[in-house]
Amino acid sequence: MYRFHKLDKMTSTRCAVCKYFRRRCPPDCIFAPYFLNDNPQRFICVHRFYGASNIGKMLEEMPVQLRADAVDSLYYEAKCRIQDPVYGCVGIITSLHRQIQIAQSQLAKAQAEISFLDANFVGFEPTPSLSESLVQQNGFEQGLDDPFSTWFY
Amino acid sequence: MRSQEPRSSSSCAACKLMKRRCTSDCLLAPYFQADEPKKFAKVHKVFGASNVTKILNEVPKPQRQDAVDSLVFEAEVRLKDPVYGCIGAITSLQDKMSQLQHDLAVAKTRLARCSTRTSYASCSTTSPFMMLDGEFDMSFDDFVVDQGGLTTEFYQYPFP
Repeated sequence: MYRFHKLDKMTSTRCAVCKYFRRRCPPDCIFAPYFLNDNPQRFICVHRFYGASNIGKMLEEMPVQLRADAVDSLYYEAKCRIQDPVYGCVGIITSLHRQIQIAQSQLAKAQAEISFLDANFVGFEPTPSLSESLVQQNGFEQGLDDPFSTWFY
Repeated sequence: MRSQEPRSSSSCAACKLMKRRCTSDCLLAPYFQADEPKKFAKVHKVFGASNVTKILNEVPKPQRQDAVDSLVFEAEVRLKDPVYGCIGAITSLQDKMSQLQHDLAVAKTRLARCSTRTSYASCSTTSPFMMLDGEFDMSFDDFVVDQGGLTTEFYQYPFP
């Protein structure tokens, strides 16, 4: 009875990693906060590419407050590698670089176009100061509604 | 009794690091030459030799060099940024992409205004950049779809 009771206690509190390795999960298990019992696939995914001992070493080498993010990033990278066994998440980085180059090129073209249009545009829009100066220059009233007035006089 | 496997003349970087005999059919030898020990050391530190072997076994032979190159890249980035690894790089590139999309939208609006303004003036002015219509249709959402939805997850990472 005692043996079964002890086994039940061990089973219910083991993290996904210790459950996978069928070992006792100590209170200070480094994996327990990040690989919960209710999500065994998360550890299986990460373990497939990195291995438990490498993950443990990585976690030991970083501050506790950063470990959750580290495990999340390892998990996402592992998922990328499952989806794309050849390139993994590097495929996404390459695609993003390409998209950025295209966007930068388009932006440069757009800015050059804007500069060209600005440089070649002779303002005809009536502003108070402009119409006044035209009257002064030409000596007669400018029709403010005539957009071509400055071209013909 | 010694193994009957033929010995290669020189060990590859992987077998040298692992201190084992490098056979002529060593899976890692073509990709981790003896003169590049650091390359394998990085990959071994992050993934481990047996995991690298498993990964390569799952990839067709013609694509194994690319797979190794991507593993080396991932390992290098992970060693430089142990917390976020490549995900940090992806997040940063996505931020840059968002900024560029915003800048492109602003430029498109300005161009539209310039075009409207120019249409009142002489029509003989021909811009050397006339054929820009349609080139602004690139959308980050299209990119997300192209990646099979996976990038959508990264777009939200690490702030869901």
